[in-house]
Amino acid sequence: MPDITFILADGRELGLTAEDGVSVMAAATGAGIPGIVAECGGSAMCATCHVYVDEAWIDQLPAPLANELEMLECTAADRQPNSRLSCQIKLSPALQGLVVRVPDRQQ
Amino acid sequence: MNETANIPELDIDPYADANLLDPYPMHQQMREAGPVVKLKPYPSVVACARHEQVHAVFNDHATFISGAGVGLTNFNLEKPFRPKSLILEADPPLHTQTRAILSRILSPKAVMGIRATFTAAAEALIDRCVAQGSIDGIQDLAQRYPLKVFPDAVGVEDDGRENLLVYGDMVFNSMGPRNALLARSAERMVPVTEWIMTHCQREHLRPGGFGDQIYQAADAGEITHEQAPMLVRSFLSAGVDTTINGLGNALFALAHHPDEYARLQADPTLARPAFEEALRWESTAQTFFRTAVRDCEIAGLPIAENTKVLCMLASANRDPRKWPDPDRYDIGRRPSGHVAFGAGIHGCVGQAVARLEGEVVLTALARRVKRIEVAGPHTRRLNNTLRALDTLPLRLIPV
Repeated sequence: MPDITFILADGRELGLTAEDGVSVMAAATGAGIPGIVAECGGSAMCATCHVYVDEAWIDQLPAPLANELEMLECTAADRQPNSRLSCQIKLSPALQGLVVRVPDRQQ
Repeated sequence: MNETANIPELDIDPYADANLLDPYPMHQQMREAGPVVKLKPYPSVVACARHEQVHAVFNDHATFISGAGVGLTNFNLEKPFRPKSLILEADPPLHTQTRAILSRILSPKAVMGIRATFTAAAEALIDRCVAQGSIDGIQDLAQRYPLKVFPDAVGVEDDGRENLLVYGDMVFNSMGPRNALLARSAERMVPVTEWIMTHCQREHLRPGGFGDQIYQAADAGEITHEQAPMLVRSFLSAGVDTTINGLGNALFALAHHPDEYARLQADPTLARPAFEEALRWESTAQTFFRTAVRDCEIAGLPIAENTKVLCMLASANRDPRKWPDPDRYDIGRRPSGHVAFGAGIHGCVGQAVARLEGEVVLTALARRVKRIEVAGPHTRRLNNTLRALDTLPLRLIPV
């Protein structure tokens, strides 16, 4: 049940506690975090759940697979080295305290 | 103990005309009966009508395969009516290879490139519909738009495009039983088959279009030149009848919910969520099958190897376990997680194009049309897989 913090584009910080095994995207949409659109529902097909993972955490995530890398080329906001699709980040106790930033736009 | 006995059996035929006309009471009955149900008329099938199980089956492609067909027919036991699709009816590693090509051609980035053209075509068509005043929402709008923009993007010539309607109807009927709907479809398909095959060939495809890009992938050695026309075929079968009915169902939803249309009219930026919610509320593809590759379980219930698993997408999209007030069409909803495009590795590869079509048509409509009035009773076109309208008489009241 890790706690995650979302830092929105306007600087607001929203925290939530998510269940293990769900994706960061599912946790965010379930809690109504603004700025995570997730049109495709988690199939790595739309690039509208783009987040910037806090530098302290980026190396602790499994590397993105080919389909995620391809979709990361399609993000509406600039892609950064710490860009990920939140639908592809699965939560586990190891991610307790995860911090992600939400870009200013997804479309 | 015979655990299979725990799976309730219902005497329901999802393909009976009455259930195709109005599937929602049947969906509810199936959802309430359990996470997995058996259907008396189809002993080799189990059905999942709840969102949780549909989603789980789609996301476990190693257990629930597509290579034995995504319709009722089990290709392990019966020959498919056409050579198997290299993407829809394929599993990894072949699927991974072909999917990568299509998903590149249809990526959100590529869709940015066609956005202006698709928008202009939507505005021109809506202008024409507004000038007409009274329209058939299906023939004059929902069919006309995708039949223009999508084959244009693929690079198919103008003449004979109505053949794509016959082909789409056939492909989606073929995923059900061998009933009268399929027989009639197959009959209409006879003179059309050759046209479809011919238009999958490179010399009939505009250079640079989506179709030609598949041949470019073959030139680059990503697939063989024999596979290329088969992948073009996927554009022709999956790219037209689906969006036609997605648009038709969205028009139906808006025409029957004037308050929701008023919200859209007041704020055209709601076009995209309004289309998305229509996909949830009245899902174009009602059903897809998978096949259990081994003895396994769904929701703790035993499923035997080679069982066909009927996934009820439209039912999952109205499952009250997932959606508050599921029968309500509400364009303010965020329906992320609906399965109208499927989910997992076989999730609709053209979904970015479909959303673009929905968004630009509903935006153009909202800008030019004050009210949509139902001008007479609609009629349905029954299909074993698709939720489709035949006619939808509407009156458009201009701004």
